[in-house]
Amino acid sequence: MLVWSRTGRALTWAFALLLFAVLYGLPIGVIALASISGQWNGVLPSHMTLEHYVNALQGDSLEQLHVSLWTGFVASAVALVSGTWAALALRPLARLPKRLLDVVFFIPSAVPSVSVGLGLLVAFSRPPLLLNGTTLIVLIAHFVLISAFTYGNVSAGLARLPIEFEQVAESLGARPFYRLRRVTLPLVTPYLIAAFSLSFALSMGELGATVMVYPPGWVTMPVGIFALSDRGAIFDAAALTMVLAISTSIVLVGLSHIPTRASPR
Amino acid sequence: MPADLAGTANAVPAVVRVGVERAADRSSSGIGFEDVTVAYNGLVVLDSLTLAVNPGEIVALIGPSGSGKTTALRAVAGFVRPVRGRITIGPRDVTNVAPHARNIGMVVQNYALFPHMRAEENVAFGLRARGAAADVIRQRVPECLRLVGMASYAKRYPRELSGGQQQRVAIARALAIRPQVLLLDEPLSALDAQIRRSMLDELAKLHRELPSLTVLYVTHDQTEALTLADHIGIMRDGKLVAFGDAQSLYRYPPNRFSAEFLGRANLLPVQALVATGGGMARVRFRDGAFVARNHHALPDGGECLLCVRPHDLCLAPPDAASNALTATVKSVQWQGDMQSVELDVDGHLLRVSCAPMHAPPSPGAPLTVHFSATQATLVPETMVRG
Repeated sequence: MLVWSRTGRALTWAFALLLFAVLYGLPIGVIALASISGQWNGVLPSHMTLEHYVNALQGDSLEQLHVSLWTGFVASAVALVSGTWAALALRPLARLPKRLLDVVFFIPSAVPSVSVGLGLLVAFSRPPLLLNGTTLIVLIAHFVLISAFTYGNVSAGLARLPIEFEQVAESLGARPFYRLRRVTLPLVTPYLIAAFSLSFALSMGELGATVMVYPPGWVTMPVGIFALSDRGAIFDAAALTMVLAISTSIVLVGLSHIPTRASPR
Repeated sequence: MPADLAGTANAVPAVVRVGVERAADRSSSGIGFEDVTVAYNGLVVLDSLTLAVNPGEIVALIGPSGSGKTTALRAVAGFVRPVRGRITIGPRDVTNVAPHARNIGMVVQNYALFPHMRAEENVAFGLRARGAAADVIRQRVPECLRLVGMASYAKRYPRELSGGQQQRVAIARALAIRPQVLLLDEPLSALDAQIRRSMLDELAKLHRELPSLTVLYVTHDQTEALTLADHIGIMRDGKLVAFGDAQSLYRYPPNRFSAEFLGRANLLPVQALVATGGGMARVRFRDGAFVARNHHALPDGGECLLCVRPHDLCLAPPDAASNALTATVKSVQWQGDMQSVELDVDGHLLRVSCAPMHAPPSPGAPLTVHFSATQATLVPETMVRG
């Protein structure tokens, strides 16, 4: 415990709550209020209504929810498989080459997502790699942006896994794939779930690259929210934002409740 | 699938150990190191190790941290690849064989029980990995758990077991596959002193029950090595500096390092060795002379070390032909069932372990200690191997 005195702890908590309220609570609260507002001309909104939620859960908006969930699941699943594979493959490397490859993996996270979208658009707009206007290019954009986080999470899990588990498994006669399936992956399952959750959350909120590459028939929720805001339909955009946040949260809470045999009971 | 695992050729044994032992007899194999050198990025950590572990024998490798003992064990397991030399298990050269194909059992310091599996699943792991038949697994898992006294803990997860219990399950897991050799890498070092003593007895009992099991035991604890091992190898800086049967190595250490590492011997530099026959020799120390065993047949006239164990130094002459040495008391420590006295002899430290004294000497006081000629041995400063 860093703060010992009762008064000091109370003050620290008060400061933390204030900070949380201003930085997190205020923007979310404003969006939540806007999503049920009929008008907002004063300090507080008026003419409360659920009509925006009705709009958000039908027609194009509902389709956007499906698209976002599907894109998030597929991109996160592919990123999880490839990130895990990469983490396992790079694990035995010496420190220097591993660090260099780590940097390569994290480069897409260091550049604006719009630039990643632009890069993909240019790269895949000519034969033989003509993906412009397809669903696949959206999935690729999301994969490029989230795979570094998947790789980072799984690498952290593998780094914390004592090598003795795998060595003992090998000594007992486990071939590499059996060892991977029965020992390594079960022991890093909490990290795999965390990696998938983070990837999914990032994918659900991704806008910059998606807005550059999405085809007309594959509009994600962030693109829909952006379009509604652009048209001045702020309250509908706020309701759609809440639906996005709630649906993402439901998935994340579900993922956090997956029982892992490696975790303490 | 190995024939051993293919079916129920072995009936459930009436006595638990019989089944495990019978298989060990079939597969009893020694371990051979032939000029094995291991290096990491050019740094040699195991230097030209040549050593044979006979079938059914326990060989302990002891030495300080970084001496190469664990590297030697890992080389047998296949986790490090020698840059030179060959390793054999039985008649088979396993130098370039993958770890999973070596048929070894391994127990490590932190047990490494798989935390997501119950004790019985841990023990069954190796059998399942090798594709053993279900009835073989059903028979052998309880058999091995009973062997280590853990049958009633089969359903528990590792986190529900104490350190000693986890270690027993780890041993059962290693034995379940009926390995050709068992590799133990400091298996008791994570246990507290009391449980360690108890586990040491258990391991000795286990080997009595499985006499054909070949064991390579790595430890830095000389008590474990002396209690369990038929032969002991002492490692230093990646080299084997002494090897021999436990008693000989303790009584007649072949060099200074072995004498100091195994049993904290007192060593005094002596000169002018003269053989007196019967494997004995006379040497000079200061103005006096001592008679001691010349087990290593050191040549006349040379310098060497006089080695006397702390418990072989007495305050009264043990026999008529004993040696006597007067020194200055440095410190006296009562340790319950014994008294430890440190003496200074011309700048050399001498430790005496004796029964508790009613009137222990005071620091600074002169004290004469005695030792039997047959309990003292002459040791060369450096000599490789025992």
